[in-house]
Amino acid sequence: MLKKLMLAGSLLALTAAPVMAEEVIGLITKTETNPFFVKMREGAQQKAQELGVKLITAAGKYDGDNDGQVAAIENLIAAGAKGFAIVPSDSKAIVPTIQKARDAGLKVIVLDTPLDPMNAADATFATDNRKAGMLIGEWAKGTLGDKAKDARIVFLDLATNQPTVDFLRDQGFMQGFGIDVKDPNKYGDEDDPRICTHEISQGDQEKGRTAMENALQKCPDVNVVYTINEPAAAGAWEALKAVGKDDGSVLLVSIDGGCPGVKNVQAGTLGATSQQYPLKMAAMALEAIHSGKIPDIDPAVGFLDTGAQLITAKPVDGVPSISVEEGLKLCWG
Amino acid sequence: MSDNASGSAMAERGLKDADQTVASFEEPEHGLIRRTQGFLHRFPTSIPFIVLLIGIVIFSFAAPGKFLAPFNFSLILQQVTIIAILGVAQTLVILTAGIDLSVGVIMILASVVMGRTAVVYGVPVEIAFPLGLLAGFACGLVNGLIVTKLRLPPFIVTLGTWSIFGALNVWYSKSETIRQADMQEAAPFLQWTGTILRPYNFFASLGLDWSFLKGWVLNYGSIVMLVVAAIIWYVLNRTAFGRHVYATGDDPDAARLSGINTDRTLIAVYALAGFICAIAAWVLIGRIGGVSPQAGQTANLDSITAVVIGGTSLFGGRGSIVGTLVGALIVGVFRNGLALSGLELLWQDFAVGVLIIVAVTIDQWIRKISA
Repeated sequence: MLKKLMLAGSLLALTAAPVMAEEVIGLITKTETNPFFVKMREGAQQKAQELGVKLITAAGKYDGDNDGQVAAIENLIAAGAKGFAIVPSDSKAIVPTIQKARDAGLKVIVLDTPLDPMNAADATFATDNRKAGMLIGEWAKGTLGDKAKDARIVFLDLATNQPTVDFLRDQGFMQGFGIDVKDPNKYGDEDDPRICTHEISQGDQEKGRTAMENALQKCPDVNVVYTINEPAAAGAWEALKAVGKDDGSVLLVSIDGGCPGVKNVQAGTLGATSQQYPLKMAAMALEAIHSGKIPDIDPAVGFLDTGAQLITAKPVDGVPSISVEEGLKLCWG
Repeated sequence: MSDNASGSAMAERGLKDADQTVASFEEPEHGLIRRTQGFLHRFPTSIPFIVLLIGIVIFSFAAPGKFLAPFNFSLILQQVTIIAILGVAQTLVILTAGIDLSVGVIMILASVVMGRTAVVYGVPVEIAFPLGLLAGFACGLVNGLIVTKLRLPPFIVTLGTWSIFGALNVWYSKSETIRQADMQEAAPFLQWTGTILRPYNFFASLGLDWSFLKGWVLNYGSIVMLVVAAIIWYVLNRTAFGRHVYATGDDPDAARLSGINTDRTLIAVYALAGFICAIAAWVLIGRIGGVSPQAGQTANLDSITAVVIGGTSLFGGRGSIVGTLVGALIVGVFRNGLALSGLELLWQDFAVGVLIIVAVTIDQWIRKISA
């Protein structure tokens, strides 16, 4: 009974929306729970209130859930939305559904993870993940100085299928550190002896610790650890601490710029992190959909770079960075 | 399933026919295969031990010098501790022919309740910690009540509560991570399970120079795991309640007819499982230093894997806590060994999948002896 009422209510809301002429804009994220997306939703919510539009949010059930996102887009078309911003879980499989939405007159802005092909959306606002990786790579190289040529590096990556964000950050770090990356769109094909191992952390704190423990078995002489994100870095730190390598002998670097991560930079457990800006991404997307004006995008890049800044307490000459205090003001999650 | 059928028939026919059914266990054994089958039927826990031994032998050759070190074994023990504790909870439920898909999320929810209440809301850890244990217990109780009072299959119930507890986790945690440093300042007690022990140093301080202990590293989490397992082992094997658990799982009708309150047994099992998940939460906080509401996404399935590989039957009534601990160790040994041999994660998943299929096949095969 209750279910029927709720169903009737939501149907009513869906059909009533266009009649009431209230402008509806959607935001679809990969998952409901990841702090990055939680923050994105907050940014969108604020902007929606400011613009006086109605925000409908949806998410896949898990990272990689394409079906859930397809259903969310179909619902937004049915709700008569003006457009939506989406962080695609599967950058290829979602393309036909996005085309359907655009054919129905919706503006589509892709956030964070570009589509394949990128021009399948009206615009893409994203972090330049390769650049974010390069920043921490350059910083690690500068910090080590002469010792960089004998470094022993462990990479804690995201997943074996190497999604775009995974290889972009990993390869960016190598480029920044001065490693010959061979194929720039794939890791694992390099032959630089400074690379000790690539382990998979799944971006998870507990699995990050396990990955680092296994890496330490292979590379007891490690002195640089690259991590895909800050939870993985926090797990890696626990593993390093357990074997007494929390004495400054290992440089730990990461990417994200969430508040816990920035605080770890402040505490000195994390050497440096590249910060990205999910709030800004979402707010800019809503602005663009609402006004119908897409900002100018450099065709050579193909997407609007919402920026990445290096945060560290120990700046290195020639590598632009901001202080921990500034980072804390801008952090998310 | 055939056990259940013959069991209830047995109950109907009464005691004088029962003798014959029991006698059929003792039919003469012929040939090596038949004898092996008989041996495994009598000592089902020996299978996981054999698999564990095979794994250790393989990897000591595949990753020479690295795998067979005391420190590496200590590492494997630490890596499987959480799954082993969840496995103990899962074993209780599976012994009653049920399944609990919500163990992982109960653990995360309990860790969030403990950590967030203490660190973010500033409640003394003396209150926050029991509150977390209570949260786990309450989640388990809800599972048990729905299973017994609404008479729904445990798979469906815990599929539902998995989602519900997951939503509560997002709501209470706001998806915010609690850092190791903040935890250390506000509630170091919650990190105690991660404290490292060096048994050699301990015995050396007592004047015992036991050099074979050199290189071994333990943490309190592993000790907590052993204590939990020992208590549950005792409960299952030495108390009336334990016999009720096995009886309820083996044949609920027969159990009820022989005077067991099966509903009460089931509720107690699910609630106890929830409580054990909350203890796993404490160990998880020790392992990662803080609280990560995103962690443990695959813990429920990993715990079922440990139970199944450990030889506990998904049809209920057969299995043991020792088997589950060894099952968790097998998964840990294979994952660690394959990683040290330089194989990619996907082959670790592949190997664990093969282990599950083999384990259940063996279980089915040795059950045939009683059919």
